[in-house]
Amino acid sequence: MVEIDAKGIHYRVLNDRIRELVDRGEDHIVLRNVNGQRYIGDGITREVKIDIYGVAGGDLGAFMNGPRITVYGNAQDGAGNTMNGGKIVVHGMAGDVCGYGMRGGKLYILRDCGYRVGIHMKGYKHLIPTIVIGGTAGEFLCEYMAGGRVIVLGMFGRTPGVLTGDYLATGMHGGSIFLRGRVDRHFMGKEVGEVPLTEEDRRFLRETIKDFAREFELNAEEILDAEFTKLIPVTHRPYGSLYTMDSPIIRS
Amino acid sequence: MSWWSRSISGCGLVGIIHRKKKLIEGEKVICAICNMEERGNGLGAGFAAYGIYPDYRDFYAFHIMYDNETAIGRAEEILMNTMQVEHSEQIPTRRVLSLGATPIFRRYFVKPLAQGRPHDMVDLNDDDYVVKVVMAINAEVDGAYVVSSGKDMGVFKGVGQPDEIADFFRIDEYKAHIWSAHTRFPTNTPGWWGGAHPFALLDWSIVHNGEISSYGINKRYLEMFGYKCTLLTDTEVVAYLCDLLIRRHGLSLDVAASVLAPPFWKDIDRMEEEKREFYTRLRMIYGSAALNGPFAIVLAYERGIMGLNDRIKLRPLVAGYKGDIHVLASENAAIHEVIPDPDEVWMPKAGEPTIVELEDGGN
Repeated sequence: MVEIDAKGIHYRVLNDRIRELVDRGEDHIVLRNVNGQRYIGDGITREVKIDIYGVAGGDLGAFMNGPRITVYGNAQDGAGNTMNGGKIVVHGMAGDVCGYGMRGGKLYILRDCGYRVGIHMKGYKHLIPTIVIGGTAGEFLCEYMAGGRVIVLGMFGRTPGVLTGDYLATGMHGGSIFLRGRVDRHFMGKEVGEVPLTEEDRRFLRETIKDFAREFELNAEEILDAEFTKLIPVTHRPYGSLYTMDSPIIRS
Repeated sequence: MSWWSRSISGCGLVGIIHRKKKLIEGEKVICAICNMEERGNGLGAGFAAYGIYPDYRDFYAFHIMYDNETAIGRAEEILMNTMQVEHSEQIPTRRVLSLGATPIFRRYFVKPLAQGRPHDMVDLNDDDYVVKVVMAINAEVDGAYVVSSGKDMGVFKGVGQPDEIADFFRIDEYKAHIWSAHTRFPTNTPGWWGGAHPFALLDWSIVHNGEISSYGINKRYLEMFGYKCTLLTDTEVVAYLCDLLIRRHGLSLDVAASVLAPPFWKDIDRMEEEKREFYTRLRMIYGSAALNGPFAIVLAYERGIMGLNDRIKLRPLVAGYKGDIHVLASENAAIHEVIPDPDEVWMPKAGEPTIVELEDGGN
């Protein structure tokens, strides 16, 4: 285990240092006094444990494939941007556009998250990216989502009971969203619909929530003891005919 | 300039207030804005400070930027003819080699003349009178720009990284109960000294991240009320809109925020009748004052600060507090620079103002 005091260190210097350690084979790196340094863990392609104490800066874990990052504090915008594999666990809140274009791995956020989280998420065969949000998600959650799974609990943030904001899943055309409770239809994109949970869904929820609860030392049973709603796209290509002769835009 | 500071990014902003009006050292706001160095590119930075001129608190403090000596003469002539000038001086600066040639900065503590006012300004109240003088200097004097004109406050800004501008204006030597700061990454408009943020008129000052696409509409609307946009940057209209809506039209900050970032029609349609009627009227009356385009702004004024986002949050804004100190910033980390162990941090909702005022209205 190697510790780095990140206080006042520029992100380039800090990330060069982390990279050196990773290349040398270090498997546990602890970063103290992080305050806004960007790009931590980006593009690292092997398993390594990175613990961050403080506020993790933008694009935490972008493009990474393998590391396990734990943030003891908040994460800023873009955590898990286009990540491929590994796990990011945030013991606080996270900013806007987290999990943007995420292709694999897990992103757990204990409290609230900002706008446009899970936007453009995708999945492919065995690669199923998963985001769990313990608090309330901001507007445009899962906009243009193409794959993967997102769970919103609405339990551990500033506004318990509130799951998401407006424009939920607008333009979604793949993947699934699980809500612990219900969201008014008015706040959803017209491309999604509610469907009953399958046995496989329940199994997935149970496993994932248990893992989430283990990370944050919460009671999984309590979290699971509620009606979950599942949202999936009702059309495979919501904008498929946008610019064709059938399109209402063209016809008008 | 450091070798890594050229990455592409957006502007960064900070607003700080001590609700019990205790003074906060300039060092705090410098650390906060410098934490977000990556958000700017060295083409603009600035600070607004409130509570810095207690000895002249009843006078309007004019900070004026000059390109040359001729401009000083002409602007001072306007001031002498319209104002009682209690005191004037050079704004203290340090030499910062990396900044190159810098404009001249002077400040004047003034009051509208009690007698002998220009004939078309006799009946104006003090604030309107001051606005008129500011517009006259900005529009009529080549090379003179009124950077700020409020009581017991001042704006310090220029082209450079925030640490350079702070060093130049000796921000570390000031203490204020309200601060705002900005680091700029200009996109559509020139990076010049007058185009740096904050933009200010009377005690309203604005720092802004984003683009005001409605600039043309807003500018023409403001011209009908006598405001002249001369500073070549979209943000200027926000400062004047705040003066118009809040001071002259008497709207509350909440309502003014709903003019700048009006609720969508689809949301108005779902309101109860009374509210629906109100917001419908507001949108109809103030359609030309709505800001279009992505923005996060922090408005600072005599009594407080207000943070506001565009309605779909295309620019970031985070809020936090520790006891009586409240901070708004583009990034969470900047808040921690001011209050390392905040009681609470959150992300305000799009289009909903976060308003923090001095306790007891600052009295």
